[in-house]
Amino acid sequence: MTDSVPPLDLRGFTRPGQGSGLFDVIRRRYLLSLIVRKDVGVRYRGSVLGWIWSYVKPAFQFVVFFFALGVFLRLNNSTEVYPVYLFSGMILVNLFNEAFSNSTRSLVDNGALIKKIFLPRELFPVSATIVAIINFLPQALVTLIVCLFVGWHPTLVKIVGLFVALAIVLVLATGLGMLFGAMNVSFRDSQNFVELIVMVVTWASPVLYPWTAVRSVLPPWLLEAYLLNPITSAVELFHAGFWYPTTSGAPELPPHLMLNALVGLAVSILLLGVGQLVFKRFEGRFAQDL
Amino acid sequence: MPRTSDTTTHAPRIYLRNVSKRFRLRHTHSFKESFIAALRGKQLSTSFDALHDVNAVIGEGESVALLGFNGSGKSTLLKLISGVLVPDDGDVLTRGRIAGLIEVGAGFHPDLSGRENVYLNGAILGMTRAEIDARFDEIVTFSEIEQFIDTEVKHYSSGMFLRLAFSVAIHTEVDVLLVDEILSVGDEPFQRKCLAKIRELQRAGKTMVVVSHDLEMVSSLCGRGILLEHGRVVFDGDSKDAVSLMRSR
Ligand SMILES: Nc1ncnc2c1ncn2[C@@H]1O[C@H](COP(=O)(O)OP(=O)(O)OP(=O)(O)O)[C@@H](O)[C@H]1O
Ligand SMILES: [Mg+2]
Repeated sequence: MTDSVPPLDLRGFTRPGQGSGLFDVIRRRYLLSLIVRKDVGVRYRGSVLGWIWSYVKPAFQFVVFFFALGVFLRLNNSTEVYPVYLFSGMILVNLFNEAFSNSTRSLVDNGALIKKIFLPRELFPVSATIVAIINFLPQALVTLIVCLFVGWHPTLVKIVGLFVALAIVLVLATGLGMLFGAMNVSFRDSQNFVELIVMVVTWASPVLYPWTAVRSVLPPWLLEAYLLNPITSAVELFHAGFWYPTTSGAPELPPHLMLNALVGLAVSILLLGVGQLVFKRFEGRFAQDL
Repeated sequence: MPRTSDTTTHAPRIYLRNVSKRFRLRHTHSFKESFIAALRGKQLSTSFDALHDVNAVIGEGESVALLGFNGSGKSTLLKLISGVLVPDDGDVLTRGRIAGLIEVGAGFHPDLSGRENVYLNGAILGMTRAEIDARFDEIVTFSEIEQFIDTEVKHYSSGMFLRLAFSVAIHTEVDVLLVDEILSVGDEPFQRKCLAKIRELQRAGKTMVVVSHDLEMVSSLCGRGILLEHGRVVFDGDSKDAVSLMRSR
């Protein structure tokens, strides 16, 4: 059978396996919601404490950092309302770390499905990010309640800033998750590399210490680079939204924070685009390499 | 996801032109190994032709048996048609909605109940929520496991699991059904029921590509047979002839 098939009218035909990326995820949002529900439901199944774990983990992390840094290193004395400072930054960085590392692993975790049925593969990193958001929401609620308790008087701009921060973190985590997740299919080194990044992220932004401590040791141009890190902008927006309105107003926020944040958002969107491109390039090999 | 199209047009459903699929058999599995192998000038991978220059046009309402010995490339061809794999050369073109049943229960999660799995799998196979709602009772009735539908799937017997999974798959609203080796599921009465259902779908004008090592069954089910040997089409014609050719090899 080497003689070719006669040419024919190809209207109405499609090439299987060639979707339109993240747009397909929006189109298949019912499936997305089921995948998210599955991941959420399955996560703590079979554990006695169940969902309480998603509170226990950040609570423990908070207590450890609070004593190590707040009490022993005396940040509690030098930073106003340090517990709120610490917690509000920590939950945002945790959101990023969880969304990033889970979406990096999501393709390998769902390998059995990817190998057998065609569906938009972007569904997996996106659903991993959504699961991280669901985990984050109760922590944000706790932060809000504590803020109200200690006296919170934010301006509208600061509240808008909270949402800009979330946008930066989620877009960046999904973009990088797609990038590293796609490489992880062929090279499992990728997920180990991501673990390293995640470890550094918490310390490379003013989460545990104030940014003014960095200003006092870095030359101005390095400080500028430090402040341009999108995660740093997002964390500072969270501080500006949650923590700053509970202080006397004496602490300093970084200069032109909103501008830096918008640059950070632009960079994140760009990286999401790069992530999608690399994902598409590698996608053809997912089913055979997994 | 394309909708099921009306059945008045008579253009083909599947169009394969000079399709080749090569697999790289990798010898390295990390950056480090690849790097060292590259430095030493060793080959990083060898390639292997799973399909070579396959041509075929499958018309609307046609049922085709895909035959061949183990490793001849049948599953690979179905995966190319369903979009799980993409060809290295040539064109794979399809028209309408396609469900590839490469393996029963591929999207089932053991920790979810039968009910939750029906919804999850229906959605994976491209059904909307309304379509699943409308067919839910039919799916459960067909599988005959009503009593266990709210039990976690991991507590099912393997036959019950296959029944439910097959039932979801066979009730999806599609134009083309790709069936790989799954007609042998369940006990004898259930198998008969599955075959009856498949015949019903054939009468309704659905296109089918069926892979099975049960040659008698598959040749009675499908009029046309395509025989693959080492990734090449060696015969395309009447399914009975395809089977006797295969037996003579
Ligand atoms: N992901 C992969 N990577 C490398 N080789 C593969 C991959 N998938 C399939 N192959 C090879 O391609 C060849 C054809 O495999 P395929 O699964 O299509 O065979 P088959 O005709 O379905 O066989 P069977 O009757 O056993 O199901 C086999 O030699 C197999 O080893
Ligand atoms: Mg096979």
